Amino acid sequence: MKSNIIPAIKLTLVCLVLFSGIYTMSIWLVAQIAPNHGKGEIIAQNGKTYYTNVGQSFTDDNYFYSRPSAVKYNAAGSGGSNKGANNPDYLAEVQARIDTFLVHNPGIDKSEIPSDLVTASGSGLDPNISVQAAKVQVKRIANIRKLHETALSELITQQTEKPLLGLFGTEKINVLKLNLALDKLK
Amino acid sequence: MNTEILGIIFMYGLVVLLAILLGRYIGKVFNYENTWFDKLFNPLDKLFFKLSGIDPKKEMNWKQHLVALLSINVVWFLISMFVLTNMSWLPLNPDGNPAIGAELAFNTSVSFVTNTNLQHYSGETGLSYLGQLILMLWQFISAGTGIAICAVVFIAMKERTAETLGNFYSFFVRTCTRILLPLAFVVAIILVFNGTPMTFEGKHSMITLQGDTVQVSRGPVAAFVAIKQLGTNGGGFFAANSAHPLENPNYFTNIIETISIILIPIAMVFAMGYVLKRKKLAWTIFGVMTLGFLLLLVPSVMNEMNGNPAIAKMGIAQSMGSMEGKEVRFGSAASAYWAINTTCTSNGSVNAMHDSMTPLTGMFTLLGMMVNCFYGGVGVGFLNFYIFIILAVFISGLMVGRTPEFLGKKIEAKEMKIAMVIALLHPFLILAGTAVASYLFANNPTEYAAWLNNPGYHGFSEILYEFTSSSANNGSGFEGLGDNTSFWNIATGIVMLMGRYLPIIGPVAIAGILAGKKYIPESAGTLKTDTSTFGLMVFAVIAILAALAFFPTLTLGPIAEYFSVH
Repeated sequence: MKSNIIPAIKLTLVCLVLFSGIYTMSIWLVAQIAPNHGKGEIIAQNGKTYYTNVGQSFTDDNYFYSRPSAVKYNAAGSGGSNKGANNPDYLAEVQARIDTFLVHNPGIDKSEIPSDLVTASGSGLDPNISVQAAKVQVKRIANIRKLHETALSELITQQTEKPLLGLFGTEKINVLKLNLALDKLK
Repeated sequence: MNTEILGIIFMYGLVVLLAILLGRYIGKVFNYENTWFDKLFNPLDKLFFKLSGIDPKKEMNWKQHLVALLSINVVWFLISMFVLTNMSWLPLNPDGNPAIGAELAFNTSVSFVTNTNLQHYSGETGLSYLGQLILMLWQFISAGTGIAICAVVFIAMKERTAETLGNFYSFFVRTCTRILLPLAFVVAIILVFNGTPMTFEGKHSMITLQGDTVQVSRGPVAAFVAIKQLGTNGGGFFAANSAHPLENPNYFTNIIETISIILIPIAMVFAMGYVLKRKKLAWTIFGVMTLGFLLLLVPSVMNEMNGNPAIAKMGIAQSMGSMEGKEVRFGSAASAYWAINTTCTSNGSVNAMHDSMTPLTGMFTLLGMMVNCFYGGVGVGFLNFYIFIILAVFISGLMVGRTPEFLGKKIEAKEMKIAMVIALLHPFLILAGTAVASYLFANNPTEYAAWLNNPGYHGFSEILYEFTSSSANNGSGFEGLGDNTSFWNIATGIVMLMGRYLPIIGPVAIAGILAGKKYIPESAGTLKTDTSTFGLMVFAVIAILAALAFFPTLTLGPIAEYFSVH
């Protein structure tokens, strides 16, 4: 074993230079021509910038809500609730979210609420909601913002991101982009 | 057709196609045949060996291979311990994160050197960028270790009598530079252009549209995520792993990352076919692995897409399926698909939280790790499968009254003893660990109340999952478990060590001993190992072993949970 240790140390150092050093730096160099120089994609409006992919908390009634989050959308950390599917405390929490939603959205039937709107995401930073999750909020926002429901429905259609190539994956809406566009509607 | 299902069919079809091509290339690398990349890598390899003072042409027998492997792994462990416990004053720490304590450093070092990537810390607050980059080094070279030692077993399986089986360092360097590096480069670039950060700047403070102030963690993420997936490592840069929108920003990156998880594990099977010139054997093995994989996959996808029955009772719409712990941009089908990929291959990265999946999906992810060879980890997945082949050869030999032979070598008592010990080690580590932890918890539920995030059967599953993941060198978790404690850091550290090195030593010893035996040419009396009959035999051995060893514990966990609702 002894005769192996010195070469092993040397080989490890060479690997350190190649993989932690040269590989990392070359990806970093390429990132300089990527969107926002590899610091995360951003979107700007009214002189303020936001991260496109990092979900934000929207709890005010005049914005489309984002999903519940186990880390309250503080992107200094991340994570899910890790609650089991049959945990009674968890189920009570979901029931409470449904009840709260119904109070804030009069005229909506329970069966119209999609599950993504009352369950926490894996990252706690989910930037998206389903199309149904946006639609179910139209009535409330139209009332508060004094807008036509049809205008909002059009906005949702515009903001809907189709599955990849129209073939693979889910249909979804970026809540931040939707709300930025909503602010522009006035 | 449903676009979510179409998405996973596309991912699987594409990865098998790519793996067949890559397998051929890997085979060429092991055979020292000419490839496209030689112009670049021949001089680089020479430089590697010159600087390290290693003669890559020195032939080694199986024992020397193992000594070389173990000694370099010891070096990695020690370096890792030093860096992790001294991060606070070392460079590349823009967020001023503290160093971590000895127990957590032990667990983390073992975890990354053994290719497990079990994480009892959160990347955002637990590590400096230097710490991350050191762990990324282990992600490269621990994967290189697994693939290199698997190459040694391939060489040993050749139809000849041989004492020496090539040079470990040579296989190791060729694997890291010619296989892992180019692939990681491509994947990292794709991620960078899709919004995954690659920066050395620290957290960014910003005000949201609604007016809240939040901090956004960043870092050299793209480089890290690429090799984390390709090397079946799985350790996330951020706590939420590939569910995090910066690690895995959209459905396209999700396709790329999912493919990266399972690409090399499948390719290794075809590489074996190329090295041994036994394509039919490779397809037989691939068939058995695929059968197992699909049996775990299909019900998991169905369960997640059908949603959580307890939530259905509340009367809301579950058209997207069970969404707790899942991201809208992936949906429940791609999340379930990833879950089975990551547990079958000992990768352990997640794009949805396994703790919140429906009970039966939880069971299938557990089963993937318990079997640990439906494709399996890079290199080591094949070694695990090799053990089951040896067992199946012996059992079917007894059944039909022929001498058990595999590829022209007689399998005798010594090899069988090793194979049995290795086959039983995995259940032993999992069940003993789970038993000890459950005993502690049951005797003192108040003291250990912080362990479990969920009551009842699901809480038991959290314990079982942690030990299964450690022993399988997987690294995913039912993350509700409060695992940064002395007990969990030390217990899972020991399990990871045993679960990594013994299942490497065993198959290499068997293959090495067999390589030294007299070669007996195939005759009419030889049991054919590249037929579907033999494939089913191997599958039966795996199924019986897994069922007998693990069924009782699964009954106490996920199965009991399932029946408590239905």
